[in-house]
Amino acid sequence: MPELEIVLTVNGRAVRWHLEPGETLLEALHAHHLKGTKLICGTGDCCGCGVMLNGNSINACCMLAAQAEDGDLLTVEGLAQNGKLHPIQEAFAQEGAAQCGYCTPGFIMRAYAFLQEHPHPDEAEVRAALAGNICRCTGYVKPVAAVLRAAELMQEQ
Amino acid sequence: MDNEYYEPGGGNIADAGHQYARQIGRTRVVGQKERRVDARPLVTGAPVYAAEYEQPNMLHARILHSPHAHANILHIDTSKANALPGVRAVLTHEDLPRVAHSTAGQPYPETSPYDAYLLDRRVRYVGDWVAFVAADTPAIAEEALSMIAVEYEVLPAVFDPLEAMREGAPQLHDPDTTHPISGQHFGDIYDAAHNLAAHEEIHHGDFAATMREADIVVEGEYRVPFISHAVLEPHVCVAYLDGYDRLIVVSSTQVPYHTRRQLAAVLQLPISRIRVVKPRVGGGFGSKQEMVLEPVAAALALNTRQPVRIEYSRQEEFTAGRFRHPMIIRMRSGVKRDGTLLALSMHSIGNAGAYGTHSFTVTRSTGHKTLCLYRAKAYAFRADAAYTNLPITGAMRGYGAPQGFFALESHIDEIAHRLNMDPLEFRRKNHVQKGDWDPMEMVEEDGVWRSKRQFRSCGLPQCLERGSAAFGWGKPFDRGDGKPFRRGRGMATAMQGSGVASFELGGASIKLNEDGSFNVMTGATDIGQGSDTILAQIAAEALGVDMGKIIMHSVDTDSSVFDYGSYASSTTYISGGGVKVAADRVRKQVLDVAGDLLDCSPEDMSIVDSVIYTPRGPSHLTVADIASETLYGKHRQQIMAKGDFWTDDSPAPFFAQFVEVEVDTETGRVRVTRAVNALDLGKAINPTLASGQVEGAVAMALGYALSEEVKFDEQGRVRNAGFADYKVMSTLDMPEMTTILIEDTEYSGPFGAKSAGEVPTNGMAPAVANAIQDALGVRIRSLPITPEKILQALDEL
Repeated sequence: MPELEIVLTVNGRAVRWHLEPGETLLEALHAHHLKGTKLICGTGDCCGCGVMLNGNSINACCMLAAQAEDGDLLTVEGLAQNGKLHPIQEAFAQEGAAQCGYCTPGFIMRAYAFLQEHPHPDEAEVRAALAGNICRCTGYVKPVAAVLRAAELMQEQ
Repeated sequence: MDNEYYEPGGGNIADAGHQYARQIGRTRVVGQKERRVDARPLVTGAPVYAAEYEQPNMLHARILHSPHAHANILHIDTSKANALPGVRAVLTHEDLPRVAHSTAGQPYPETSPYDAYLLDRRVRYVGDWVAFVAADTPAIAEEALSMIAVEYEVLPAVFDPLEAMREGAPQLHDPDTTHPISGQHFGDIYDAAHNLAAHEEIHHGDFAATMREADIVVEGEYRVPFISHAVLEPHVCVAYLDGYDRLIVVSSTQVPYHTRRQLAAVLQLPISRIRVVKPRVGGGFGSKQEMVLEPVAAALALNTRQPVRIEYSRQEEFTAGRFRHPMIIRMRSGVKRDGTLLALSMHSIGNAGAYGTHSFTVTRSTGHKTLCLYRAKAYAFRADAAYTNLPITGAMRGYGAPQGFFALESHIDEIAHRLNMDPLEFRRKNHVQKGDWDPMEMVEEDGVWRSKRQFRSCGLPQCLERGSAAFGWGKPFDRGDGKPFRRGRGMATAMQGSGVASFELGGASIKLNEDGSFNVMTGATDIGQGSDTILAQIAAEALGVDMGKIIMHSVDTDSSVFDYGSYASSTTYISGGGVKVAADRVRKQVLDVAGDLLDCSPEDMSIVDSVIYTPRGPSHLTVADIASETLYGKHRQQIMAKGDFWTDDSPAPFFAQFVEVEVDTETGRVRVTRAVNALDLGKAINPTLASGQVEGAVAMALGYALSEEVKFDEQGRVRNAGFADYKVMSTLDMPEMTTILIEDTEYSGPFGAKSAGEVPTNGMAPAVANAIQDALGVRIRSLPITPEKILQALDEL
């Protein structure tokens, strides 16, 4: 089968990926051992596979990897710097917002995109921003609190 | 959501006389909002789940599912699939031993019928397993599935449990369930000829005679739907043979030890050849209290001698996973005009689906875990679980109790309305009290009937008092003018157990390291509820060290102590009880050595923040000094102990749910705008984790109340297999929520703890139905309460 080769930046490092035809961005991440981005529904209905591509929040399960060519990709693995948690990650840990944790990377990446544009959100805005992210453990109380807390932590920095 | 009422040690500690009494309320680690021990891997996306486990030369497996609800397999031709390059194995029922078993993750012998085979000559629901394929890539495995030619003889199917129990209905199972190892018949189907997977009756008092004393008799029939756990990490596992030819199974499971035993039986291997490893689990809710994919991966790994990975797709989770039993529940009760409840009866008919895993215990729990919430002179409970050609229903959070409480707490509300009584007052007058004996747990000894379960702790009065106060129950509120909104308020109460009485074993071993840290190797399975953190807090508290000194290990059946697993609200009470025993023993070993060095009696010494204390105060010795002394000095030994716990008891946590709803009378849409959740859990070992359990359970129950239902077409095919059509709650559907934790100390539990995980799943659905009655004056007796049902009920007014 014809193999496709693309170049892109993943979490700040230039990489060269060999792709199968039809390979989704999520499959390509997993094939390259970046498994923090989760496969939960595979149909774009839960936002569990949220990543940032060229500054936009997208679902990696619904995009072909080839479309990420020359792109700048940020995944949950790229948030912590030198072992220090990103304020959003720190807030999720502080608030007990992760229970089983499977939806957590998707929530954190969605919050990352949201807080870039809304650094001082109120609760209703946070709830609206996370409306597409499915969590089955928390009832959303602590994830919403964590995003509000993250906004505070990011202001303090 | 911003008011979290919490008073540490606010329970009834005056019931002294117990060895833990003095420790409770003055703990240093227990009761604190400690950060989860696994917070870092979860927020950084570290590869800690079974789904992320990799092995060199790993194959990918796929399952061929039945397109028919009921059929015999006449012939399977796998030659084309086998010839496809990259395919390493294709297995059908002809390739595997035919071993009757149950996939229920229950202790041996399972109380579920042995009606399942890894692969069978017959398929019993759309989605049942027909063949397994292992190939070099997932794409090749999927292509191979389409190349397997199966000739079916389609059989008549039955989907309704009432029809399934009638004479002449298609029969799903033959009554041949002799256990392959023991030759015993304990796995029998209750009545295969009538498709009865299970049947139970519990009677207490003379029901008929007591009903004759009643002034008012109230009856009602309630229906609850077929729902999915919608667990976010699907069932997934990797199986491989290690260099010693042992079978290693890395699986997302709630029950590693039960799975090891069942795998051994199904694959006819000695238990000693199998090792089950449970890494991080991405949620369970009962869907993983089952052996599901483990034997598929294992059979293919044994066949190919290569590692095999298998993961259910979301589609498969919704068609061939496990589900909550739908039920038809009939209530009939008698009361006095003064509001005294006299007699209570329930008859539940559950839909077991194609195989009876957990059917007996779930349908039994529908009455057994619920009716004891009320005092009465007589009780009558009957449960039937019928096989149908639908997917398999099994264990799900609450385990039959959410079904039972929807019926019971709707029914109680109807009784209160008939009496013109405030439903809260009716409950206060009739609910179970501390010191009562469980009328559902009667045993006969020497001709005398007595109960074997006493409710020694019961914070239900406090749940009602503080819950109603926070909610403003009985206060005036804006009821709306019906243009288009009407508002109403409702409540419900509930209880559960903490573990399964007499059917539990759990605990840990604890080992001291030379820097004064401890390895805690527990058999309990953290599935997201946070048991690793809870158990670490219990260990740290009992050892007298801080959380940084505790290293938790997930279950590995080669090295962890035996533990029945995470289900039935058991981890804090049962496994936590075992951890405390182990930690107490290790602390004694440490203090024995310290006492020798300090010339002091160990009984007079303690450990606080890793420092050894004598009656004179802090000594110069720390736990690390004792570790060094025992590993390199004169008292040479490995300080280590195990602890385990089991009991005939199952103390009940109590719960009160208060809600306000807003109904759009034009569209029929119901929104829950406000919820107060009050839980008596004995002791909040970690208040953050405890309130998280409550909030999540309430959200799950809100989906049960309003939106969740797996729908089938007339051929038994699932019509809404995915999150687009199966609606779980989102951030925007959630009410403003207040959670109140009540601590009525349970002296048999570690630091006074009972349980928290399941009981808050029980209140939301009946509370919503009761609030809709308050808002509209109509009674909805079937879940989910969709806009269609509301509009239909309004039309009939």
